[in-house]
Amino acid sequence: MSARAIWKAKLKLNGTRIPVDLYSAVADRAVHFNILEEKTMTRVKQHMVDPESGKEVPADEIRKAYQVEPGTFVILNDDELDSLEPEPSREIEITHFVPPASVDAQMFERPYYLGPDGDQEAYFALAEALNSKGKEGIARWIMRKKEYSGVLRAEGDYLFLVTLRDPKQVVSAKDLPTHAGRDLDQKELKMATQLVEALEGDFDPTEFRDEYRDRVLEFIERKAKSKAPKLHVVRSKRATTSLESALDRSIKQLKKEKKAA
Amino acid sequence: MWSGTITFGLVSVPVNLYPATRASRSSLRMVGPEGVPLSRRYYSQESGRDLDADQMIRGYEIEKDKYVPVTDEELERLEPKKSRDIDVRRFVEQDSIPPIYFEHGYFLTPGGETEKAYRLLAETMEKEGRAGIATFVMRGKEYLVAIFSENGILRAETLRFADELRSPKEIGLPGKKKSPPKAVVRRFEKLIEKKSESKPTLREIKDEETERLLKLVKKKLSKGKDVVEIEPEKDEESKVVDIMDVLKKSIAAKA
Repeated sequence: MSARAIWKAKLKLNGTRIPVDLYSAVADRAVHFNILEEKTMTRVKQHMVDPESGKEVPADEIRKAYQVEPGTFVILNDDELDSLEPEPSREIEITHFVPPASVDAQMFERPYYLGPDGDQEAYFALAEALNSKGKEGIARWIMRKKEYSGVLRAEGDYLFLVTLRDPKQVVSAKDLPTHAGRDLDQKELKMATQLVEALEGDFDPTEFRDEYRDRVLEFIERKAKSKAPKLHVVRSKRATTSLESALDRSIKQLKKEKKAA
Repeated sequence: MWSGTITFGLVSVPVNLYPATRASRSSLRMVGPEGVPLSRRYYSQESGRDLDADQMIRGYEIEKDKYVPVTDEELERLEPKKSRDIDVRRFVEQDSIPPIYFEHGYFLTPGGETEKAYRLLAETMEKEGRAGIATFVMRGKEYLVAIFSENGILRAETLRFADELRSPKEIGLPGKKKSPPKAVVRRFEKLIEKKSESKPTLREIKDEETERLLKLVKKKLSKGKDVVEIEPEKDEESKVVDIMDVLKKSIAAKA
């Protein structure tokens, strides 16, 4: 089943424009619940009320305000809000190219695939050039009245864009104080390194499955058939041992597993 | 805040989890005609009356208008036995995770009584250039995370599960039928080289819309136009805490 494009644009690189379609790369698999009124088992509705009087304020009387500080608001009218909107555009401008992993993982927000819209030659040529140069692009664009910045990457034959967060929203580890403390035990450091190395491998996302989601859905299905399933109370207690002995036993256990395999 | 335990092998590292992102500064509040901030309330579509938290339940729609109620307790009991364990199953090259997987960031600060195991893990991972791949359940949802070590601090980036991402084939992107002409590829390569020369900074990526908003707000404020002063909500002032301060405290406590 093919997906529908959510937006059409042109990738702009200096004077070159490559027509593309944007597709969300994310498939929503979350278990969505509704909030119900217990008595009637019907879906609840929401409205905005004046917290003092408890009276509903109809949608056409609601205004928007910016809180300058607790207790001080500046009301913005519709014309003013409209004036804040960026000029609509259909261009995704690539401003720079950088080596991979130049952008911190904390910045990544949402991925979109780009598909060729007509001119396939330029599209696939750009993907090939990005791959051969081992670079990714920094992009800026305006989509649906909102400004975005993003990273343009090639994956195989295809191009995709990952939107970036506003840097002001991201707290960086570099800005946090470094740990001070006594030097770590050399023997323990060596054992920890051994343990990390024993668990080294490639990133393979297919190894992991949202098993909890599966269990929730299965439970709902059984409950729907009114066979109220019995659930166990789960509480786990952890045995406390010294760090060194835990490291030691972990390494031994991993060695045994390796031999058995 | 959420507390859990990173486990790898038989070693356990107690941690506290804090979001690594701040809310956007530019979010607007809905106010009434006189400027009073409004509250969102749930109400019954049958009686039209507002509902309190204890009059509402969570339900899953199995067919149109037919719901199966699911309680907090049931969700909790469906959690894995060691739900508070952040179980590291692999250590991967830290730059090897494709950007499309990343979702949200959280800092993991040392919890429990001692931070020795925490520092040991952080230092080893940073030295080896590895990220730990782990799964855990938090507040009714299972997470796949990559744990990074930077500057002696552990950070978990939640990842999308493989089935939460579509492939180009699923989307229906056309296949590459023939190789594009060498000359066209070469032209793009030259452009890439040229545009790699200047060093970009992410600081350039600024949110111009927010800046315009703040400018407008400042102007109206100085003119005293449409400014509303009300009694601040009780917790409002204590609610405005920067995550940075919380993190600094959380780290300093154990140092």
